[in-house]
Amino acid sequence: MSTELTFQTIAQLADALAAGTVSSVELTQAAIDRATAVDDRVKAFNSVNPEDALAQAAASDARRSVGQARGPLDGIPVSLKDVIAVRDQPLTASSKMLENFVSPYDATVTEKLKAAGAVLWGRANLDEFAMGSSTENSAFQTTCNPYDLDRVPGGSSGGSAAAVAAGEAVATLGSDTGGSIRQPAAFCNVVGLKPTYGLVSRYGLAAFASSLDQIGPFTRTVEDAAIMLGAIAGHDPRDSTSFKTDVPDYRAALSEKKGPWKLGIPKEYFGEGLDPEVGAAIEKAIAFYREQGCEIKEVSLPHTPYCLSTYYIIATAEASSNLARYDGIRYTHRSADAQDVVDLYFKSRAEGFGPEVKRRIILGTYVLSSGYYDAYYLRAQKVRTLIRQDFLNAYEQVDAILTPTTPTPAFKAGEKAADPLAMYLSDIYTIGVNLAGLPGISIPAGFTSAGLPIGLQLIGQPYAEADLLAIAHAYDTAHDWHSQRPEL
Amino acid sequence: MNYEAVIGLEVHVQAKSASKIFTRVGQGYGHDENTLTDPVVLALPGTLPVMNKAALDAIIKAGLMLHCEIAEVCKWDRKNYFYPDSPKNYQITQYDQPICIGGYVEIELPGPSRNVMGEHKKIPLTRIHLEEDVGKLTHFAHDSLVDYNRAGTPLMEIVTDPALASAEEAYAFLTTLRTTMIYAGISDCDMEKGQLRCDANISIRPVGTTELGTKVELKNLNSISYVRDGIAHEIKRQLALKKTGGEIVQETRDYDGIAGTSQSLRSKEEAHDYRYFPDPDLMPVRVDEAWKARIAAECPERPFEKQQRFMTDYDLPYTITSVLIPDRELSDWFEAAVTIAGRAKAQAVGNWIANDLLRELSAAKIGLAESKVTPPHLAELVGLIDVGTISNQIAREVFNETFASGEAPAAVVDRKGLKDDTDADELEQWCRDAIAGNDKAREQFLGGKDGAINAMKGPVMKASRGKANPKLVDETLRRLLANWS
Repeated sequence: MSTELTFQTIAQLADALAAGTVSSVELTQAAIDRATAVDDRVKAFNSVNPEDALAQAAASDARRSVGQARGPLDGIPVSLKDVIAVRDQPLTASSKMLENFVSPYDATVTEKLKAAGAVLWGRANLDEFAMGSSTENSAFQTTCNPYDLDRVPGGSSGGSAAAVAAGEAVATLGSDTGGSIRQPAAFCNVVGLKPTYGLVSRYGLAAFASSLDQIGPFTRTVEDAAIMLGAIAGHDPRDSTSFKTDVPDYRAALSEKKGPWKLGIPKEYFGEGLDPEVGAAIEKAIAFYREQGCEIKEVSLPHTPYCLSTYYIIATAEASSNLARYDGIRYTHRSADAQDVVDLYFKSRAEGFGPEVKRRIILGTYVLSSGYYDAYYLRAQKVRTLIRQDFLNAYEQVDAILTPTTPTPAFKAGEKAADPLAMYLSDIYTIGVNLAGLPGISIPAGFTSAGLPIGLQLIGQPYAEADLLAIAHAYDTAHDWHSQRPEL
Repeated sequence: MNYEAVIGLEVHVQAKSASKIFTRVGQGYGHDENTLTDPVVLALPGTLPVMNKAALDAIIKAGLMLHCEIAEVCKWDRKNYFYPDSPKNYQITQYDQPICIGGYVEIELPGPSRNVMGEHKKIPLTRIHLEEDVGKLTHFAHDSLVDYNRAGTPLMEIVTDPALASAEEAYAFLTTLRTTMIYAGISDCDMEKGQLRCDANISIRPVGTTELGTKVELKNLNSISYVRDGIAHEIKRQLALKKTGGEIVQETRDYDGIAGTSQSLRSKEEAHDYRYFPDPDLMPVRVDEAWKARIAAECPERPFEKQQRFMTDYDLPYTITSVLIPDRELSDWFEAAVTIAGRAKAQAVGNWIANDLLRELSAAKIGLAESKVTPPHLAELVGLIDVGTISNQIAREVFNETFASGEAPAAVVDRKGLKDDTDADELEQWCRDAIAGNDKAREQFLGGKDGAINAMKGPVMKASRGKANPKLVDETLRRLLANWS
């Protein structure tokens, strides 16, 4: 029974909570029980806070009992990627550098979820400082794909995706810099939404690459994604890049916004490297939309071949600067045997950071160094503009763009760990969206013959999340992929 | 061979604002260590900077006061370097698009004598940009401690062209810059509190050449006098090196103002690579005409413009203006008094301020704001003298009473019966007595020595207990002496 509870959707549970057929304490206990039962295998969480979670749940039930329930998220167990600040909870970024750091403040999304009454439960594992595509780069543990424990859950938000897939949380938050929400969502058969850059505040998200990072939800359904986005979106005066806009009722828009839509298929996304089973599933999705009366048009995103290199220049450049604060001076890991201040920097950072983080810091430092800035960073910024323009050109013809989320289903742990370039290719369909600052969503779109989930990606126009969610919702409600669950 | 010095200054001025540049925590001096911090100042994971508009207002104001062009768009860059006083290990600053471009500081060089205005000169500026200040390190035998109270305080960096020719010009530059900043309320420029800091780049070259010589950077010039002394010392050091065939090496030197000596801190710039790039957390700022106009409306008159106006409009001598002008409060006080007393009495008002008011304030060790003598008081006092109600001598006594108690001058005169109500017959009788009683002075005066009349005034003033109008005494004596037989 308790397991059943945590596999329900926010929408269903909100109704149950409202009807009084379940309490938040029961629901939260179910999530705790489920994590107790499966997390030694899934390893989605870096840490859990059962007592605190139950206290939050009790507070929610108390509110509800006096008629002060706050909306669909009140009492729902939600887990945050361990890179989003929650006051008095650990914030490790899955790095030895922050192993003992407890945040003294709340991220803006955390404040918003608290205000919505969500029960914040568990710190979801990730690739160290959100750098990676497999969650193998965590300093603490490798999260396993609930559909095949030998396989990766994707990354960097692998813990967040796996937690929802394994029924350890009803919804989670992740962060997406180059696909870190959508790629693990595709690998784990859940919905993952990366909002338009600037729609959700980054305040309280330990930065990887400031101009690309965006927080977004993992849920079972598109409807749940709409509920979560409604709770976390909106202008934040503490984030200068936050967009000043009214937040529409995304959930209501799911039924209000009706097609038929014009969908673009970028020819560059259907070439070499695409797994045939993934390709076939996406063809079926295209056929579905066509049957719904949507116009399907081929579009071109000609600068796609440059996305990966552009991304790794901009992301690493920003990361090299953003991660400079982890230096052994204030709150981070400090080497025990440093001789002087420079030695303290060297040793603390050498001991505190893992190999992928070091690789990216070194790369970013190099591309920003004098003499190389123009050739790399400045040039990458120019290409970035062209990549964004490709998308905007396409949107003159279509409402949204449809692609596979990933070229392949989840790969085996260790398979690409020694080959960073092969690993980077798993984000090839998601990276352009971040460079262009657009919203993108991955929704469950079937399984391979080996039972591995396949993700369908829809890419929307800037700040047109309401449209994007409505388009995704049409597919999601017509298929029952999302109600499949892993055997654990 | 004759050499000339070429000096460029980099001046850091802390802008006055209630809060720090990228967060709302307060800024200030003298608080307990690490009390003016928050997650943003400490660069905790996830924190983001948000521009403080008041700090931008301050630098736009500084730019307008110093004749700069205000850029339409300015952006923020990161200057990456590791140092424990910098919590993020990068400083948010402005690299290639500073907010203020060009401009100049008008300086006055010392005149040929104290009461003659010196030559005015415009020192061109390269730029002014805004950046965040860093924290402060304190070193002990085994540990070093960091105080981040100062970290994130808005700091303006004012960079001159290499255009100053002497230590005196540098001194005049900083004096004027300081006065201007204080006038406009941009900064208090207290060097002891680190609100104004200056580094100087100094080189020498043969007169008549245009190429710059090897420059030496002088640091830790923590008073305006030390800037002058340090530069003078460095020029001398470089000249001596040239003379003895020595070589000037590019280096940073530390000047010890007390000992008057300098020593090398580090030779040649270590190959710093700051890896500047645009800060992705902050949007570029567009400064539109309306914003500029709003700040321009808040800009006060510049000090030298005010000085010129005081000399022209009020016929004030240079010496008085050079006392009034550097202190905006004092010059405002002066104008308030003149507005009441009338322009004709401006010089008398100026004299009273320069001589009596400042002396008494200094003796009482209080500031102008605490003065019990107000501009209406002084205007009233000068008026009383002008209409002959009291003499200058009595006025001094009245001034002192007002200074001590705040009682209005007219009231003091009434209460103490100081009004010159001398009866004309009585005055004439005192004068007759004085003439008759001083044969020698009378004979001298009648013999053509005009100054001898003064010896006869004393007894009259004495008889009137100081109240007689000196002008009237003079007239009466002359009238009587003219007919003396």
